[in-house]
Amino acid sequence: MPAVTETREAVEKLGQSSYKWGFETDIDMDVAPKGLNEDTIRLISARKEEPEWLLEWRLAAFRVWLKMDDPKWAKVSHPPIDFQDLHYYAAPKKKPGPKSLEEVDPELLRTYEKLGIPLHEQAMLAGVELPEGETARPPVAVDAVFDSVSVVTTFRKNLEEAGVIFCPISEAVKDHPDLVRQYLGSVVPAGDNFYAALNSAVFTDGSFVYVPKGVRCPMELSTYFRINARNTGQFERTLIVVEDSASVSYLEGCTAPMRDENQLHAAVVELVAMEDASIKYSTVQNWYPGDENGRGGIYNFVTKRGACRGARSKISWTQVETGSAITWKYPSCILQGEGSVGEFYSVAVTNNHQQADTGTKMIHIGRNTRSTIIAKTISAGRSDSTYRGLVRVLPKASGARNFTQCDSLLIGDQCGAHTVPYIENRNMGARIEHEATTSKISEDQLFYCRQRGLSEEDSVGLIVNGFCRDVLKELPMEFAVEAQKLLQISLEGSVG
Amino acid sequence: MTQFLDISGLCARIDADGQEKEILKGVDLSIPPGEVHAIMGPNGSGKSTLSYALAGREDYEVTAGSITFQGKNLLEMEPEERAAAGLFLAFQSPIELPGVNNANFLRTAVNAVRRARGQDELDAVTFLKTARAAAKELAMAPDMLKRNVNVGFSGGEKKRNEVLQMTLLQPSFAILDETDSGLDVDALRIVAEGVNRLRSPGFSALVITHHQRLLDYLVPDRIHVMANGRIIHSGGPELAQQIDREGYTRFLAEAEAA
Repeated sequence: MPAVTETREAVEKLGQSSYKWGFETDIDMDVAPKGLNEDTIRLISARKEEPEWLLEWRLAAFRVWLKMDDPKWAKVSHPPIDFQDLHYYAAPKKKPGPKSLEEVDPELLRTYEKLGIPLHEQAMLAGVELPEGETARPPVAVDAVFDSVSVVTTFRKNLEEAGVIFCPISEAVKDHPDLVRQYLGSVVPAGDNFYAALNSAVFTDGSFVYVPKGVRCPMELSTYFRINARNTGQFERTLIVVEDSASVSYLEGCTAPMRDENQLHAAVVELVAMEDASIKYSTVQNWYPGDENGRGGIYNFVTKRGACRGARSKISWTQVETGSAITWKYPSCILQGEGSVGEFYSVAVTNNHQQADTGTKMIHIGRNTRSTIIAKTISAGRSDSTYRGLVRVLPKASGARNFTQCDSLLIGDQCGAHTVPYIENRNMGARIEHEATTSKISEDQLFYCRQRGLSEEDSVGLIVNGFCRDVLKELPMEFAVEAQKLLQISLEGSVG
Repeated sequence: MTQFLDISGLCARIDADGQEKEILKGVDLSIPPGEVHAIMGPNGSGKSTLSYALAGREDYEVTAGSITFQGKNLLEMEPEERAAAGLFLAFQSPIELPGVNNANFLRTAVNAVRRARGQDELDAVTFLKTARAAAKELAMAPDMLKRNVNVGFSGGEKKRNEVLQMTLLQPSFAILDETDSGLDVDALRIVAEGVNRLRSPGFSALVITHHQRLLDYLVPDRIHVMANGRIIHSGGPELAQQIDREGYTRFLAEAEAA
């Protein structure tokens, strides 16, 4: 059928041209020499003016990492990574002194402007001249991380008034050392896995959030990660602690320039929710996915885990994954508190030669703990996508319940979708449900939409967004709109 | 030639399990503006293929003949261009779109054709008002606009939803492919009334049906008998009763002899 050939061609054309975030910023950088050894770690720690205990913690993690092998169980393939051929620290050069927008390199501000990330509080607060029909968005506090360092964090004053701490983790180490020391590595131990150990040894920056007892964070918090420098790994570390009866909604976005070589991103995110606390963590992951031949792109090897420590606490992960050459990521919940709730809502889109092995782990420890997993996988081009999820119910978790739904949508006939659920139940009173479907966008659906006047692309967008609706509706409003557009861009022309 | 819809010598085939199968073998049919024509005929005679060929489904390959619609060569147009030009197909089996809100789908479709026709798009409020009123006339439950397109709809609800879409998209030419099948008497009357409301000098329709009953409510200007990929007989509305009494045997024998 000619339509299919045309479609293939359209998909092939896509590749680079559709990644509009692929520009590079020319900026004066402070870069550590390539290579990883104890000296590199000492250098990072010194640059960050860290206390002795943190340096020791890093070195201990490094010694553990040296004895580990990179994991082979995921359904992804890539040439071995030469960890000595990377820079582990790259920071825009800046003058010392307090952080404010005026002090930030204007080139950097322009970068974030290009990316559509609002860093100017004034303009946002004043809510100046919105286009007709557009309602004012609530402000979002942003922490912007450029390569290895946080360049600016907005709305800190407003947040401080509410008692909320939102700052780069490197600053938290100095200003709130007790909190950091208490919680860092308490959810993802330094030696948890190969990439988490690597991150613990060399992490450079990331966000720290602390919401005290009884406080509902007055605005959405957001971190925007940008990898810019060449041959540089990005190892950010995020730590969010929410005390009793407090709550926060946190958003995370990311992009990178288009480069022929692969770049490594190995982050660790730790969440701690105390009694009746709730954390909503949303990600729109849009790292550069590589070109149409699979050259370049980010290796996204990330460990994300949340601990529901208190009774009735709740952690909800929502992710829309459209980028990266390889994604290896399993945001998880440890449901320790009685009646605590874990949720995982995921849309993973792969096109061209992208590979994604993603899912979640729900560990039911406490009584009456509940978890929900909704995973939507969309594969196009020659891509390969795997849902890998673990539901583990421990003997004391009486009344535990899990519901899992995994749906795969295939576009074209050269892509793959796989579902690998692991269920380990050690409590006879637990209830575990698993549903899975695999489907293709049918010619019938496309023709039906087009007969009603929709273009082929709008038809695909409509059908895909319908497929993902259960997940997209979990995203905060402004992110949901962005995510819908991103889905359409990622799949433009990929009908088969 | 009617200058409205003219089908001449139309041949079409489909690719069924790797086998090319000739279905339409020279269809000649003209529908003047403002007229409702019915097509009846035995199963497998090519009625649905004709409707898909008119609407532009890609896996129905037209091998010969022509279709002119309001002076344009329909065969050169994409399905969505045909829709914008005023062609509407009410599907025999309406398609389900999971997760796609019915009102949202309708509004997206209405605004897509309005844009293509150079009309202003409808805002959400105006659209919902229009859609609710139209749904009410078809005796549809109010929540059907909120549900996902055709998902979990009963057979009757799906057919009414097709007529609702037709009402809102304001076509100049509608093809109703067995819209009456699977409907009870009351639903049949409501659907027929829905079509009758659209009847005007600027609206023509081609109604594909197996049953005389629909044609009682929806009195056609002409009835055509289709068999083996051709129109083999045409007549006035009285033809429906004759077919109901005698079946297609006589027409088939005549066609054979000719």
